[in-house]
Amino acid sequence: MSIVPKPITEFPWRILALLLVIALFGTVVLYSAASGSIFPWAANQGVRFCVFSAMALVLSRIPVTTFARFAFPAYGAVLAALVLVELIGGVAGGSQRWINLGFMQLQPSEFMKPIIVLTIARFYAMLPVGEIRRWNAIWPALILIGFPWALVLIQPDLGTATMILAGGITVMFLAGLPLRLFIGSGLTLAAIIPIAFSFLHDYQKNRILIFLDPESDPLGAGYHISQSKIAIGSGGIWGKGFLQGTQSHLQYLPEGHTDFAFATMAEEWGLLGGTFLILAFMLLFRWGIRVAMRTEDKFARMTAAGLTTTIFFYVAINLMMVMGLAPVVGIPLPFMSYGGSSMLTVMLCVGIIMAIDRAGKRRSGSRNWA
Amino acid sequence: MKFLTPKRKIVTEAAQSFTFSRRAMVVGGLQGAIGAVLIGRMAWISVVQNEKYSLLSESNRVNMTLIPPRRGWILDRNGKPLANNRTDFRVDLIPQRVVDAEATITHLAQLLKLEPDEVDRIRDDLDKSAGFRPVQVADKLTYDQYAAISVRLPDLPGVAPSQGFSRNYPAGATVGHLLGYVGAATAEEFKARKDPLLITPGFKIGKDGLEKAFDRHLTGKPGAKRVEVTARGKIMQELTTRQDTPGRSIKLTIDAGLQEYAGRRLATQSGSVVVIDCQNGDVLALASMPSFDPNSFSDGISHLEYEMLSKDDHVPLRNKTLQGLYPPGSTVKPMVALALLEAGVGPQETVNCPGAIRVGNTLFHCHKKRGHGPLNMRGAIAQSCDIYFYQMAQRIGMDRIASMAHRVGMGQKFDLPFPSQSYGTVPDPAWKERKYNQKWQVYDTVNATIGQGYMLINPLQMAVMAARLATGKQLMPNFIHGAPRKEPAPVGSTEEHLVVIRDAMNAVVNGGGTGGAARSSIPGVMIAGKTGTAQVRRITMAERAGGVRGNAGLPFKLRDHALFQGFAPFDNPRYAIACIIEHGGHTIRNEDAPMIASDTLSYLFDPAKALEKLETLEKGWGGTPAERQARQMAAFRLAKAIEKGEVPPPAENAAENATAANSAAPAPAPPAPPAPSADDEDVPPPPGANGGATP
Repeated sequence: MSIVPKPITEFPWRILALLLVIALFGTVVLYSAASGSIFPWAANQGVRFCVFSAMALVLSRIPVTTFARFAFPAYGAVLAALVLVELIGGVAGGSQRWINLGFMQLQPSEFMKPIIVLTIARFYAMLPVGEIRRWNAIWPALILIGFPWALVLIQPDLGTATMILAGGITVMFLAGLPLRLFIGSGLTLAAIIPIAFSFLHDYQKNRILIFLDPESDPLGAGYHISQSKIAIGSGGIWGKGFLQGTQSHLQYLPEGHTDFAFATMAEEWGLLGGTFLILAFMLLFRWGIRVAMRTEDKFARMTAAGLTTTIFFYVAINLMMVMGLAPVVGIPLPFMSYGGSSMLTVMLCVGIIMAIDRAGKRRSGSRNWA
Repeated sequence: MKFLTPKRKIVTEAAQSFTFSRRAMVVGGLQGAIGAVLIGRMAWISVVQNEKYSLLSESNRVNMTLIPPRRGWILDRNGKPLANNRTDFRVDLIPQRVVDAEATITHLAQLLKLEPDEVDRIRDDLDKSAGFRPVQVADKLTYDQYAAISVRLPDLPGVAPSQGFSRNYPAGATVGHLLGYVGAATAEEFKARKDPLLITPGFKIGKDGLEKAFDRHLTGKPGAKRVEVTARGKIMQELTTRQDTPGRSIKLTIDAGLQEYAGRRLATQSGSVVVIDCQNGDVLALASMPSFDPNSFSDGISHLEYEMLSKDDHVPLRNKTLQGLYPPGSTVKPMVALALLEAGVGPQETVNCPGAIRVGNTLFHCHKKRGHGPLNMRGAIAQSCDIYFYQMAQRIGMDRIASMAHRVGMGQKFDLPFPSQSYGTVPDPAWKERKYNQKWQVYDTVNATIGQGYMLINPLQMAVMAARLATGKQLMPNFIHGAPRKEPAPVGSTEEHLVVIRDAMNAVVNGGGTGGAARSSIPGVMIAGKTGTAQVRRITMAERAGGVRGNAGLPFKLRDHALFQGFAPFDNPRYAIACIIEHGGHTIRNEDAPMIASDTLSYLFDPAKALEKLETLEKGWGGTPAERQARQMAAFRLAKAIEKGEVPPPAENAAENATAANSAAPAPAPPAPPAPSADDEDVPPPPGANGGATP
């Protein structure tokens, strides 16, 4: 039907273009954050994007069954690594998240975000259809989620722990567990939050309290949120202009190239840039959910929707944080925040979703995928 | 299986797939909803609250610094500036903007002709600097130097020329004690006033004299400079500048020319001259010499210069006109004579002066050993006969003399805009009883009538006394031009009595009396006055027997004070004057009190002629006070250098030397007057008493 050869039409051009636009925008913002220099951040970030895109394309050629087969072993390996972090990580600083492999710093909790989705999806794919409304469908998933969640929480890394929990719960929801379970536990959670609060670390309590009232400590713990809101608010609709941001260039905005990169962007590009970026991310999520919805395979569709949600949590938690809707939890914004770990994770997710997409198209011929 | 579990809700692959699709749509919908919420939230912050956050962003970015206001001028009675502001050009280095530090410093050193030790200092400061804090290269540059740097700025990155203002006193040392000086506020002053202006670099407040008394009046409103700063305080760029509002000026009664003339005319002596307008009490000149140069005090005086000033036996750091207290000596005789007239002593009554009389157990001598023979009042004043006054004073008693002394201003504390003033003593029986718990003796009266013993006066009071004797009115000294003042109360003497006194004082100068040296050089203007000599040591019997040694042979500190008070013209007094030369000893005629007073008065009638005479005289003294002080400074510096070279490092810095020397030397500390009696404590005038007076 087309003169264009099949491998070329099959190639996920549109989604790659979308990612490229987001990553390019991120690189431009990092260029500005470094006061108009591609070093040290923009160049690094660009190279990383290319490397990880290649990785995602390689992943997209792998059959979905391979991911299914490796879900449990990978889960076991990462869980072991998390235990290892606790044991040999030693006491460096307040929280312990890294294992030094000599050539790179390994952060196992980062890998757990996509792997928990694969694992839970694998579990429900293996579960016979009739068991879904039984107790047997619940407790193994809760244990699978609970171990990594607890290990990450005691590191302590509240942001990542929350993402692992949310990723797992999302897949449970998608698997078709009775709705009342979610509503019931939601209500229970609301009741026990005050109790849980008392078990948090002091700095975590502080972050939450200051998130509720950032102006109470504008120079201390509330400084990040206050300055971030000032950066976004002073940008207005059109922004102050490229390289014209004062909050970031005069160093009032802390972490302007990592966790608060969105504020750096919003100051210079205004509401316009922010809306553009959020809509771009929404397109990405739309693609992921659509891939999930047209996939027949249980494991594949749950994985696609779950991984999409994982990326969504990155974006949502980070944006809520910089806009003062969530406490400062240290979740980066994919493609915008400078850093390798988060981009690696997000590209893993994207790569797996592309593989699922590719498999679906193979099966059903060339169908409109977006 | 489906059929075996009919109670359970039937779950098929198809149903599960349907559930998944529905739930995936829910998840997708939730994601979309949260995305919309985020956009809404961002719009709320950046559109609705934009103004608030823009303001916060601006207040982050912009830092205000105060610009010190220019100080109001101090003008003389004719509008001539006594203190104004000099444009001060300076050059700083902003270390982090400097590209090649060594080349820049070398270039600057060449342009500004910097000394090698200055260049080393700049290098040192540059090494230690924090990056954005400026390092001073040089200040007090000429406009040409400033311009030379400014045009080369493109080649000199990091060099920042700027201009400010510093206080300038055109007359230099001659107004030092009158105006005081300015300096940076101390920590105590900041604590007391809590004004951020006080800690603004470059802002100075009045530290002494009129600068201190009228400080608030002279201080203007600060300007402000807005600069862009980073979170760490580094200045990125200058934004806008609001100019300062200069302080209001004040106009003094001082005649700038006369003030400077009086200061110069005091020659090499340690002395003071006060001139008062007999019409209203305006102070026309208040000179105390030698003095510090207020210009160098206001710039921050060097340790070396301060050490030199504090070691000088001519006490340049003390304002002698207000803080110097001296026995008035014979200058009180016209006042005593007025008291005698009031008590009924006839002007023609005579007393025979045999050269000495016995009072109690002590023999009191006249200054003329052989005696004056019979003298009436006019002769006694003209010849300054002590015996006449010994005899007459015993007749009327001390209380009446003290009453007259108070009325002519002795012992009186005036309401003056100066931080401290010593107001002397007029002793009487009640005072002695109170003070020493001793009975008044006849020899106390005898001592007091010739201005010795407990009696003390400051130069301003002596000028006031001259003015009151001349006019018969209790004139009050005043420094503010056009200030409202009350009609002066009368002294209480009849015109007839005053004529007798004025005539006698005329005879002192023009009638063959002791003050011939004060004879006026201006035709038609006759000066009347009274000389005085105040002993500062007791003359022992042995010394008297061996012949009193001449003052010239005595150490400086033991020589007599020389005094003169008077007015001109004698028949219609217009100006009154007082001149006191510390330890003058009447040794040099043209540097003695009468001739200094006479020349100073002549300036008021013929300035050109007076200046001509002064310039001739100054050649003999080694130039103007500024030239002499510069030479003294050079000599002192040399002496210090030699001392340091000979003695292996006893003390490295001059500050230590200075303190050591001060504690070792018995010389009085600068502000403390010699205090033989406790009645003359320094009592500062109430703050701002005259502060709001006419500008």
